[in-house]
Amino acid sequence: MSIVQLFNGLVTGSFYALVALGLSIIFGMMRVVNFAHGAFYMLGAFGAYVLLDTWNIGFWWALILAPLAVGCIGMVLERLVFRRLYALDPLYNFLLSFAVATIIQDAMRLRYGAQGKPYHVTSQILSGVQDIGGTFYPRYRLFVIVFSILVCVVVWFLIERTRVGMVVRAATEKPDLTRALGVNVDRWITPVFGFGVALAALGGVLAAAMQQVRPSMGEDLIIVIFAVVVIGGLGSIAGSVVAGLAIGVIAAVGEAYYAQVSSTLVFIVMAVVLLVRPAGLFGSVEGT
Amino acid sequence: MSEPHGTNQRNLGQPRLRRRTFLGGIAASAGAAILAACGDTTSATTTSAPTAVTTKAATAATAVTTMPAAMAAASVAPTGAATSAATAAVAGSAATGTKPAASAAASVVASKGPAKLSDGKLVLAVLNDQSGVYAELSGKNSTKLVKQAVDDFMAKYGKDVFGGTVEVIEADHQNKPDVAGQKANEFYDRNQADIILDVPTSSCGLAVAAVSKAKKKMYINVGSATTDLNGAQCNKYTFHYAYDTFMLANGTAPLVTKNVGKKWYLVYPDYAFGQDMVKSFTDAIMKSGGTVVGADPSPFPSSGDFSSYLLKVQSTKADVVGSMHAGGDVVNFVKQYNEFKLRDQKINLAIGLLFDSDIKALGPDAFQGITYTTAWLWTLDEQSRAWADTAKKATGVRPTFAHAGNYSAAWQYMDAVRRAGTDDPDAVVKELEGYQFTDFFARNATIRKEDHTLIHDVYTAQVKPLKENSEEGDYSKILGMTAGKDAFKPDGATSCMMPA
Repeated sequence: MSIVQLFNGLVTGSFYALVALGLSIIFGMMRVVNFAHGAFYMLGAFGAYVLLDTWNIGFWWALILAPLAVGCIGMVLERLVFRRLYALDPLYNFLLSFAVATIIQDAMRLRYGAQGKPYHVTSQILSGVQDIGGTFYPRYRLFVIVFSILVCVVVWFLIERTRVGMVVRAATEKPDLTRALGVNVDRWITPVFGFGVALAALGGVLAAAMQQVRPSMGEDLIIVIFAVVVIGGLGSIAGSVVAGLAIGVIAAVGEAYYAQVSSTLVFIVMAVVLLVRPAGLFGSVEGT
Repeated sequence: MSEPHGTNQRNLGQPRLRRRTFLGGIAASAGAAILAACGDTTSATTTSAPTAVTTKAATAATAVTTMPAAMAAASVAPTGAATSAATAAVAGSAATGTKPAASAAASVVASKGPAKLSDGKLVLAVLNDQSGVYAELSGKNSTKLVKQAVDDFMAKYGKDVFGGTVEVIEADHQNKPDVAGQKANEFYDRNQADIILDVPTSSCGLAVAAVSKAKKKMYINVGSATTDLNGAQCNKYTFHYAYDTFMLANGTAPLVTKNVGKKWYLVYPDYAFGQDMVKSFTDAIMKSGGTVVGADPSPFPSSGDFSSYLLKVQSTKADVVGSMHAGGDVVNFVKQYNEFKLRDQKINLAIGLLFDSDIKALGPDAFQGITYTTAWLWTLDEQSRAWADTAKKATGVRPTFAHAGNYSAAWQYMDAVRRAGTDDPDAVVKELEGYQFTDFFARNATIRKEDHTLIHDVYTAQVKPLKENSEEGDYSKILGMTAGKDAFKPDGATSCMMPA
């Protein structure tokens, strides 16, 4: 039994990791602590709903189309709004993203109501349950863990092993030097922001089948995601993944054995990690 | 996070920054917006500052145009004189010390002038969740229906019935007891509210009851279910309308234990409502010969994921998993119950509290076959349907029992003010205590004096499959009716020590 609970924690954790990854990438490149990440996640879930409800486009296409659409919204917002505040203290962009999140969320609430909308995965392969050692586990959640880890690996590969990733990393760490070497750094900011946002939306599409699609779903998640990113180390990709999985397992074990503390447990872990390693598990104390 | 990158950022973005003052302005206004939104408490003050709606004596022209609608509404309005007269005639003659509705109504129409209002106006304040998990089951639509009640009441008794204006105001308590308490204080003190209505989320309801007690101002609870409100924490100025956890457990638990399964595993939200639900359900399950093999709290507000409980129930060998949640949490619980296909493993689902709005959120097929207890359904009979038609006109949706309860409570409050001839809380409380009536919502109803509980007929219902729905919103069929005296805690069993 406890094995299945642990596994369930890994599933939740892989999902946390996926969403946290986008947040981490955006912070790494732009130093924007993007509070609107939860809102983009929610938009992803609604994207899946709208696709199915309006055009009868199912889950598989939604996995591609919804993140693309929300990523574009993210890029437009970066161009029109976030970009203007890069020169100021990062705190301003944090506050700005908070405002963006509130506006998006309330707009969706006006349009779709607080209770939200139903969403079902129509695919036959993903419905049904799997017997894991006598306990039945939804196949869809097995898909979630495989898919999330796959996406994390692909993102890691993109950033660590490709030329584009190299430029992005260079631009993150030494923008002046990178620019001096003839790389147009500014060109990369918008796509990277859009990419981070798309990852949030992808998480939203995955969540749509497990939870009610409702305007406050991002708001409920974002705090945990921040904890994940802080524990992993801001801007660290490996950190987000490891911390995401760890938090998922810790929360699941907490819920299984002492439910009263499960929601607090995450923040206790965060506090302890910050005390021992202020930069997070994988963060480096930067001193340029 | 140390911020050495601040300098890098500056270089990065600088070419684009020319109009510094303009940008500064954006930053400042963004900052201001955030500051307003940052603490949820503050946001409540700024965004949902009570919006007053005055139903004033209209100009002659408008009065003429609105009259037909108002008249139509009045014909289905509660205390439909005929029904209540009949009830009162039967009940009133048998019970001493009650106030037969018909005679009271008749005497007022004949003799009394307008009521005396302490500050020249009657203020009805609706306080509930307008943005969270309980927004749909009550929320802003309840405010609209309270306004409707005011309009209908004035159409029936004349707009001078109170000798002053009637205002309906509202606020969002965001399911936070501290916000609810603060709003209640504000309503009573600053907005001269004469009564607070609704207040779902039991922890918030208890907070408002405490304020009502301290300020000696009235509160009719509709949305909160906890039996603490009409039990240990009852007070002279607080009334418990519509439903409570005892009535839910008492209706659902024996039925499910007898027909579905004896071994229960309960999951409840970890706050006043859930804790009270689990207590009431455990009692009712034991009494009907069942056992509770496990009960686990889930965080409130929840993360929306109940998977670990759905795994745990599989190891408990329970026949029934009982969701003691409400609103959006029920919806997520049921969605994941279906995802885990627990019914195929002979683990059945029971739901403590179910609103039509929850069924709507997943579609009736997800809830198919679930039996539950409810204070009212709009499909109950012709009178309810007629009222539901007017409600749909006002809100755009078919009403839940919380919507109906708020209309009914507002009406009964106004009627008590009218009968008392004053809005003085002590006089109105006296008028309500022991009052018997029947309206479209509360049938064969008595407001019990000893604990201020509205005792009325309640119903067990079953969710129908989608194909049997005659229209959107016709989700359930009524299985049976339980008379008020059997549905609620029996006389003398309450732990309420009502102060004189």
